[in-house]
Amino acid sequence: MKLGVVVFPGSNCDTDCFYALKEVMKVAVDYLWHGEQARDDYDCIILPGGFSYGDYLRTGAIARFSPIMRSVAELARKGRLILGICNGFQILLEAGLLPGAMVRNISLQFICKYVNIKVEQNHTPFSNFSKSVLRIPIAHGQGNYVIDAHGPAELEEHQQILFRYCTPEGAVTREANPNGSIGNIAGIVNRERNILGMMPHPERCSEAQLGSADGKLIFESIIRYLSA
Amino acid sequence: MPERTPLSDPAITMELVSDHGLSEEDYNHIKEILGREPSFTELGIFSVMWSEHCCYKSSKLLLKTFPTSGQRILQGPGENAGVVDIGDGLAVVFKMESHNHPSAVEPYQGAATGVGGILRDIFTMGARPIAMLNPLRFGNPSIAWNRYIVNGVISGIADYGNCVGVPTVAGDIYFSDSYNGNPLVNVMCVGLMDKKDMTLACARTSGSYVVYYGNATGRDGIHGATFASEELSEDSQERRSAVQVGDPFMGKRILEATLDLIRARVVEGIQDMGAAGLTCSTCEMAGRGAKGIEIDLDCVPQRAENMSPYELMLSESQERMLAICPRDKIDQVREILTKWDLECCILGTVTDDGLMRVKHGGRVVAEIPAAKISDDSPVCRREARTPEYLNRLTKFDPAAVEPPADYNPALLELLAFPTIASKRWVYEQYDHMVQTNTVVSPGHSAAVLRIKGTNKHIALSCDGNGMYCYLNPYIGGMITVAEAARNVVCTGAEPIAITNCLNFGNPEKPDIFHQFAECIRGIGDACRELNTPVTGGNVSFYNENQGEAVFPTPVIGMLGVIDDPQWITPSGFQDEGDCIVLLGPEVTHLGGSQYLYQRMKVVVGPCPEMHLETERKVQAVCREAIRAGLVKSAHDLSEGGLAVAVAEACLRSERQLGAVITMNAQLRLDIALFGEAQSRILMSCAPSSLDSLMQLAKVHNVTARKIGTVRGERLIINRSVDLSIASLQEAHHTVP
Repeated sequence: MKLGVVVFPGSNCDTDCFYALKEVMKVAVDYLWHGEQARDDYDCIILPGGFSYGDYLRTGAIARFSPIMRSVAELARKGRLILGICNGFQILLEAGLLPGAMVRNISLQFICKYVNIKVEQNHTPFSNFSKSVLRIPIAHGQGNYVIDAHGPAELEEHQQILFRYCTPEGAVTREANPNGSIGNIAGIVNRERNILGMMPHPERCSEAQLGSADGKLIFESIIRYLSA
Repeated sequence: MPERTPLSDPAITMELVSDHGLSEEDYNHIKEILGREPSFTELGIFSVMWSEHCCYKSSKLLLKTFPTSGQRILQGPGENAGVVDIGDGLAVVFKMESHNHPSAVEPYQGAATGVGGILRDIFTMGARPIAMLNPLRFGNPSIAWNRYIVNGVISGIADYGNCVGVPTVAGDIYFSDSYNGNPLVNVMCVGLMDKKDMTLACARTSGSYVVYYGNATGRDGIHGATFASEELSEDSQERRSAVQVGDPFMGKRILEATLDLIRARVVEGIQDMGAAGLTCSTCEMAGRGAKGIEIDLDCVPQRAENMSPYELMLSESQERMLAICPRDKIDQVREILTKWDLECCILGTVTDDGLMRVKHGGRVVAEIPAAKISDDSPVCRREARTPEYLNRLTKFDPAAVEPPADYNPALLELLAFPTIASKRWVYEQYDHMVQTNTVVSPGHSAAVLRIKGTNKHIALSCDGNGMYCYLNPYIGGMITVAEAARNVVCTGAEPIAITNCLNFGNPEKPDIFHQFAECIRGIGDACRELNTPVTGGNVSFYNENQGEAVFPTPVIGMLGVIDDPQWITPSGFQDEGDCIVLLGPEVTHLGGSQYLYQRMKVVVGPCPEMHLETERKVQAVCREAIRAGLVKSAHDLSEGGLAVAVAEACLRSERQLGAVITMNAQLRLDIALFGEAQSRILMSCAPSSLDSLMQLAKVHNVTARKIGTVRGERLIINRSVDLSIASLQEAHHTVP
């Protein structure tokens, strides 16, 4: 099993993802420079958070032209797992690997804090665990997910909504939504369920010392899937 | 000898010299150094290098009185940043700087470029920046202009720090009319490195290349250093061109590229182009290595047309670096820079003749003995005089203030007072978690970060109460250090070193210089007593608006080390039934308190007392009690006194625990609850640990009293305060 963490100029959660996978999950992981192609033997590619290309133009809009994105699309087509976290999610949207787009948080401010997310599906490679509410941090200025008029129904129909912002008890309410995203969406998968984009940061909560270890459940699920 | 270059160069007249902030004496000194009249470019170079901001002419004699050495100190003041040994082959690099004047006229860019600048000071030493702290002082938030400044500064800090991926883990914010029109924006950065990666800003080998990388040079920020060395006035709003514009994406790339260069061992010296830009970086690196530097300005990448040598040398365009690179390493340097999409520009070479020689259009436009620019910079012996206001204010007897009729609203109003209220509305705009080291987040007295790969943690705090320093600059100076140390001690750390940022008014005024000299004396004495040497810092003078100086506001950044993770101690209560213990002396008055300021809108009375020996002992008891496993929570008492500390300890408990407090009936309750006596720590412990804790305090001859119990869901103090935790919470989260 081999995982890769892509480094774009301006990525800043690359080392955090690398650390969580290597030191906490104890799996083999490499950094993949954005200007190169990813070899065919990666089972999972992580697009980390940060400000690729300084968020110039639009979040993720330039990074999606990086050479490595061709191999990411190719690996995705072959069914390998792709996980985009925060800026990684924004890049996946810009690359057309997931539907929808991001606009600025409804407060127009960057928000960094712990939130709760409800796990809507357990039958994906990323969410094969029983806990239904995760305590997990967000840190973004543009996590307000939007999609065209038919989008929400289609996402529902194909069970693509994986995470929604919720209260600690699991209620999906307006108050629990930190950024104004439609349907409280915090993370979605593609129809094939091998690409996940999520705004919250599982790598920031994979050790209890950091305030929560719920993020580890997502990495464990990925590793279980890849080991099977 | 330089030729008169472009036709546009003005003739050097005494008026021009004076416009450059130089005195006749300075000018004669320049002629002596050069053995001739300076060129226009040379005049510009001396002007910025001899500005208060760059050469510390008013402060350097006093700064020399600071204790700067110690076993752990690897690099004291004088370099880009101080370096402290934390064991395990690791060193912490840290420094604080001000960006007050730029933030007063252009808050967003002023604050953003402050962050960018301090980051560069840290990574040029070879350290990866791992934390930022932001001590901020704003004017009265009920004035719209001040709110504009607040929002601009906070967004500027957030946008730069968040993008670069360095967590902002702590800070402190005070609001006061004193800072109307002249906010204080101090930024502190902390880096971590392998000791062997330490890189100095020094040119050591003749023939090595002088390499420029990063942003191109424009006309922004010309004379920024000079701008920082004068008072703000109504005309200052027209000085926006002296404010630079930040580009955090470039900042991030030069950060990564610089660390790659240092780890690959392909550069021998490196300095960022901050204040005084190309001028400062070239002459300082040459001066430190007792070498010369020759550069050709035609090789400088430029983003404005027809820039003169004067402008090129003085521009403070951001995100620019200058490295000294051995000739045989230039290909590797170029390769690393190319990886980060940065151009590698060779400007010239290191020479043996000790001269800073600058060429432009094939001609020499400046030729100055490099070391002389810093070594011979002017020293001003300023006059100090005890300000008259001190007599007037300290005579005020705060006991004449009526106690509140009802303590419940009094406490809620104090909790909601902008200086005391929770700063969650601020720190949630900062990424404080990136790099996954933040173990204790903002919202506590000090931040705690883990050091990956070790058992070690570091604790960081910044403090500076300008009101105390206004009422008594000497005691205020001591308190600033003592409180910063107390904050890190409460987390379980041992304080080991400080950096500082000293914000004052115009030093040419004897009243102001008295404040400065006395604060320095207080800081120095406290650092000696608490064994926390000064590793560096920054002086910001001329913080005045319409001729009124801000409160004298020295800010201390404290570094502490925690060797065993079990020592990490929260500030909030932990378990129902725990004993609440107050460590430290009795409070005797309300002088200098936020309570008086909030209720009476006055800054009066004696400053709280500070006895350094008591402070040291109280901190020793806290540290030993934590290490002995006796303490469940520890919280330092500061603004708002005991009542606010207890309320915060309730609010910071995960389960929102309440407390029942019984105060000594002999003391006036408002003084007991809101007085800001120093050297006090609020602790909680299990009932079974109480005797041991009391015994430990007794051994150290420190007063300790059990004042209550963690209990229920309300805060109850005698028969005077009875409030639900929810109501405390609501008040504390008031956004100004």
